[in-house]
Amino acid sequence: MSRHSAESHPSTRLYIAVAVILAALTALEVMVFYIEALAPVLIPILLVMMAAKFALVAMFFMHLKSDGPVLTAIFAWGVFIATAIVVGLMAIFGKFGA
Amino acid sequence: MEGPTSTGIPNRKLAMWAFIGSECMLFGTLIATYMIYRGRNLVPPYPHDLLNIPFITITTFVLLMSSLMMVLALAAVQKNDLRATKLWLGLTALFGLIFLGGQYYEFSHFVHEGLPLSRNLFSSTFFVLTGTHGAHVAGGVIWLSTLLVRTVQGQLDARHAETVEIAGLYWHFVDVVWIILFTLIYLLV
Repeated sequence: MSRHSAESHPSTRLYIAVAVILAALTALEVMVFYIEALAPVLIPILLVMMAAKFALVAMFFMHLKSDGPVLTAIFAWGVFIATAIVVGLMAIFGKFGA
Repeated sequence: MEGPTSTGIPNRKLAMWAFIGSECMLFGTLIATYMIYRGRNLVPPYPHDLLNIPFITITTFVLLMSSLMMVLALAAVQKNDLRATKLWLGLTALFGLIFLGGQYYEFSHFVHEGLPLSRNLFSSTFFVLTGTHGAHVAGGVIWLSTLLVRTVQGQLDARHAETVEIAGLYWHFVDVVWIILFTLIYLLV
């Protein structure tokens, strides 16, 4: 069997645990959104939670944690280019101030 | 069935990941466009007047849980538990349909409130970005439905687990895109 077999995939219990964490993070995101005292640090907090949810789905539901580095590299390259497009264009159009 | 490959990765799975990598760039350009024009809207209505955070939180939760259903369908087909496979595939497609219903309701509400596609910068970028994502969800629902029908007809079992896994990769990608859109569009308004 290759390392891409069913045997290397997470257990049902782990899948459910990941789903519970995803739901909890989503609830936390919305709570943070409504807390006015956190307004000055809202953007970094939300971006960190978004990245955590993204990583959880990619690592466990998409099996990148167990499927080896080649597939992770392919996905990471796409995400890197996409992020560079977003950040680069936002910088060009003056979205980061001054 | 497909033979061994030089990378140890099945060709179809590798192709799906390459496709997902290219899709990242598609959504990257659409998200960049939305972010560039965010806050530069001069014509009402404005996003904070219309976006319904509690409602979208529920549809977001539904889409997240559909990803759980999808991995449970994969685990079931790998064990050749076809009864469970049908259940989880059906629920995944159903949750996808509920998400699409929510998106239809949201779009209809926006148009009813005077925000058609070409009204202002927000409407143009919002509808194109979330509409493209919705089209991907719709494609996923159709794909999952075909897998469900094949399972019911006895044409899909543990030998075809890779087929379900590849559909699952697409579905989870649609989910991670929404994780980003939910934060950028609705919470960083």
